Amino acid sequence: MTAAPETAPAGAHLAADAALPLLRRMLLIRSFELEMQRLFLKGEVHGTTHLYNGQEAVSVGICSQLRDGDYVAATYRGHGAALALGVPAEALAAELMGRTSGVDGGRGGSMNVIDIRRGLVGCFGIVGGSIAAATGAALSAKRTGGVAVAFFGDGATNQAYFHECLNFAVVRELPVVFVCENNLYGEFTAMQRVTAGGDIAARAAAYGMPSRKVDGNAIAATSAAAAEAIAHARSTPGPVFLEALTYRQLGHSKSDPARYRPADEHEAWMKRDPIELEKARLAGDLGVPAEQLAELEADVARELEQAIERALSAPANSPETDRPTEYAT
Amino acid sequence: MSATATDTEMEFRTGIAEAMAECLAEDERVIFYGEDVAPGGVFKATPGLHEPFGDERVFDTPISELAMVGAAFGAAVTGLRPVVEVMFGDFMTLAMDSLVNQAAKWWYLSNETTPVPLVIRSAVGAGGSFGAIHSQNPAPWFLSTPGLKIVCPAFPADAKSLLKAAIRDQNPVVFLEHKRLYSLKGPRLEDDGDTLGTARVVREGSDVTIVALQRGVHDALAAAEDLAADGISAEVLDPRCLRPLDLDAIMRSVEKTNRLLVVDEGDALGGWGNAVLGAVAQHGLDHVDDLWLLHGAPYPVPYSPASEREYLPNGESIAATVRERAGVRVTTTA
Repeated sequence: MTAAPETAPAGAHLAADAALPLLRRMLLIRSFELEMQRLFLKGEVHGTTHLYNGQEAVSVGICSQLRDGDYVAATYRGHGAALALGVPAEALAAELMGRTSGVDGGRGGSMNVIDIRRGLVGCFGIVGGSIAAATGAALSAKRTGGVAVAFFGDGATNQAYFHECLNFAVVRELPVVFVCENNLYGEFTAMQRVTAGGDIAARAAAYGMPSRKVDGNAIAATSAAAAEAIAHARSTPGPVFLEALTYRQLGHSKSDPARYRPADEHEAWMKRDPIELEKARLAGDLGVPAEQLAELEADVARELEQAIERALSAPANSPETDRPTEYAT
Repeated sequence: MSATATDTEMEFRTGIAEAMAECLAEDERVIFYGEDVAPGGVFKATPGLHEPFGDERVFDTPISELAMVGAAFGAAVTGLRPVVEVMFGDFMTLAMDSLVNQAAKWWYLSNETTPVPLVIRSAVGAGGSFGAIHSQNPAPWFLSTPGLKIVCPAFPADAKSLLKAAIRDQNPVVFLEHKRLYSLKGPRLEDDGDTLGTARVVREGSDVTIVALQRGVHDALAAAEDLAADGISAEVLDPRCLRPLDLDAIMRSVEKTNRLLVVDEGDALGGWGNAVLGAVAQHGLDHVDDLWLLHGAPYPVPYSPASEREYLPNGESIAATVRERAGVRVTTTA
């Protein structure tokens, strides 16, 4: 038990062979989001989108430490978590474009991605929903030595879901890893303006669970903190809390230019872009040749291009292709 | 149906307890939790489960309806079959996101890959002077939500057979137990193969069909007995489930009697009673000479016993309205 939140170790020892697949996954997420933005403007992606740019190191770091039989519940800003968990880019892109080959047949769209076979309980369109879903998934996981991860934002820490489920998970000794992606803004509103006490990790510590802040833009730090947190949740079993300090590089949703943010704040965080930081660490500290990194990026770009092409060629979900039934039998 | 009668009776609450015990025993995936359920619950409907099945399968929770139902959703989509007791139906307002946005929609949203087999049991209905915030029937809130099933038993044997069917069902089920039924005794009819969405004619008649739910079924039966003395033959139909609704059974009865009274202890507008009338009007107007609703008032359920009695339909008011509408016609045409 932790009386006050600690800061997780920087995890600077992530070696190149382990780090490169994680960088690759972050690059895939970033490229995917940029493609979705483009396809939204072309009218291929519908409704709205909430892009994950800037937060890639959180979901990639956490999911890199999971194993079969573990569960993840994510948010409407969930493309990153889905890709981090291994949902194929083609199936995710097709879902966002409402195609029959989408991971959910084009029924859900950007905010409602579910892939239970890969452990993705779902992405939750209402703030905080992922917290309870993971708490419940932990009731299942506890039987098999698994864990459940809840991803949610700073905004969710003011919902009843947060307070009720943290308490529930502690008193029921559930193996949940609560991961708050504190990106400093709940929709258009700065976290500090609407969060009493101002310290999210401290709130979790008050419920009597181990709670830490971690640099959410450093993949070595998030993966190291995740390894420790997941091992603790699994072996105890019991909940653990991680507050990943990160930044939403774009607006809340596709219609938000995010002009409410101070320019210097944005500039400072853009200098801490998680992908650029990791590339610099690999090239500088670990001596990975620049050509190898460039090849990795080119490889991701090719993979994504092919995935999008295939997704675009699939038929749209329509009354001709989809006959929903009200009930499971 | 595989119903066989034995020579014993049981209370409604015993039906609940036995269904829980049988389902916990037959399926390891079934878990049961809620506020104060380990000692048997405030309505004493679930005694004797905590000890044999252990604290990992039957347990007390914090007073956190949102966490309870939200966790049930998460547990259900990952392979468990949770049964949650929400102490009073009115408290389900606190859990609506999990129930309406998650549990009811995941089957559809997951492209029919992820069923949500959970049951929310809850004590509902007026008549006990619990006041406005512990007496409402919440069924109408859920009625317009595709994906949910809504079960409303009226008899002890149905409480058992329908709860077993609900727990074995692959879908989220709201199981509503009327507070004025827990102590009701009735025949023990073991039916291990009951199905959700099937109505039952509980008294046959030829002049008017009375559709009622839960406690209202017993009021309707009393009224039918009373009306029989006047030569009015009332058929009483218990839908048992509101969603899916066995409209075929209702239509068959109305085709026979040509008159339909629905008794709903809640308010008319948006209520389940009006929904039934609307469906009959849409699909069977040719068969209808008269159809109407006896319902509660458009204000919250009163606390004072005298005012609460006045608020609720009962056997006398059901018989009176039938006499006034169908009864008068029967006499004048006779």
